[in-house]
Amino acid sequence: MSISLQGTIGRGEFERSLDFSVVDGEVLAITGPNGSGKSTIIHTIAGLIPLRSGQLQSENIIWDNPSVKTWIAPEHRTCAVVFQDLRLFPHMSVVANVAYGLRAHGVHKDEALSRSSAVLMQVGLSSFEKRRPENLSGGERQRVALARALVVEPRVLLLDEPLSAVDVASRAALRELLPEILSSFAGATILVTHDLGDVEAVATRSLGLI
Amino acid sequence: MRTQRISPSLKIIAAVAALFVALPLLSIFVRVPWSDLRDMLAQKSTRDALFISLQTSIIAALFSCLFGVPLAWFLARSESRGLSVLRVVCITPMVLPPVVGGIALLTAFGRQGIVGQYLYDWFGISLPFTRTAVVMAQIFVAMPFLVLAVEAAFRQSDNELEETASTMGASPSRVFFTIALPAARPAVIAGVALAWARSLGEFGASITFAGSFPGRTQTLPMAVYELVSVDYRLSLVLSLVLIFISVAVLAAMRDRWMVGR
Repeated sequence: MSISLQGTIGRGEFERSLDFSVVDGEVLAITGPNGSGKSTIIHTIAGLIPLRSGQLQSENIIWDNPSVKTWIAPEHRTCAVVFQDLRLFPHMSVVANVAYGLRAHGVHKDEALSRSSAVLMQVGLSSFEKRRPENLSGGERQRVALARALVVEPRVLLLDEPLSAVDVASRAALRELLPEILSSFAGATILVTHDLGDVEAVATRSLGLI
Repeated sequence: MRTQRISPSLKIIAAVAALFVALPLLSIFVRVPWSDLRDMLAQKSTRDALFISLQTSIIAALFSCLFGVPLAWFLARSESRGLSVLRVVCITPMVLPPVVGGIALLTAFGRQGIVGQYLYDWFGISLPFTRTAVVMAQIFVAMPFLVLAVEAAFRQSDNELEETASTMGASPSRVFFTIALPAARPAVIAGVALAWARSLGEFGASITFAGSFPGRTQTLPMAVYELVSVDYRLSLVLSLVLIFISVAVLAAMRDRWMVGR
């Protein structure tokens, strides 16, 4: 299995127990209303929020287990996140945003840029490389965020409401693009959403939170 | 825009306050011996003091930046215990009488000082009454201004972008240099300007720790002070130079410090 979580996640007053695992090639959609902890799941797996109890593990590596005091820092987890609010770096160009993760992993600048260009082409943004995020539409920004996550070839891809920040027209285009991209993605994908249309479009399995 | 009506009595009080600041500055302009200005500025003692002032204050501003920015980052982001105590200690020189700062530096780095005795015994280094001492005194007094300005910027900057960078594989130091620092750049520039201006005007701590030796440690403010009783006209000229530099700093930073028309 690529990623598994058995335990309790929490942030502030909120707490919830979970037990799921996702294998390579699978797209698990986690659905639920606002406040059901969807984003907390993503943040916990990414290492931004510690697990309250239980264990989070990828392959045979424990990422988080408070009872044995194991916690792997976010930068050492082989996952990539597309955040709900995207969080593109405003002071960097599109291609620099995408290349950032590769550079952080020690990839040489030239190679990082050419690999980033390739992924930008895959999401249909070849001619946008030099632009700043502020000069892009919501749908274009979403594609940059997606490219930024894919370029590092993560084992686990975490998508937090990937289609929530875009207008209706871009959403339709992204709903076509997303399955295409995910089908060629080798790792495990976890998608959290409140939109059942997203689930139908991309998920191979779903888990409902109440 | 709505015009706010201001009562006449408040206007008078405001005018008194503004005049109180403006009048002394204007007096210098009135009394400066304009006809001898060029000759006086060309004097060796004047040029020495100006050079030492510029040299030491620029070095002090750069060191304040080099060490103050990481300190500001630590204060803004660390969750260590005792952080509030550390913050108070770090900004104390802002409210401390500078002469006390000078005494404190002597006590630490003087030849019999807590650190200074070993510097002298082991390495033969004696810091007091050197130009290095001038720079140290300026850093001591000026760095807190930079730390406070930059820390505020770090606190306001977007923690979420830093988190995002870490999920992309960036180490904490890469996050600092590529995300946090660029976001705080305007504050860093303002902080350096502030620290530089404060270093340039430093008097109490540096005269105590470094003395006022013409050509060695005597900065412009020290020269002004010593000349008041000896050559008042020359002290006016040097004061004018300092006013000119201060106004230039204000002008350069006007977007940040001045609001309104």
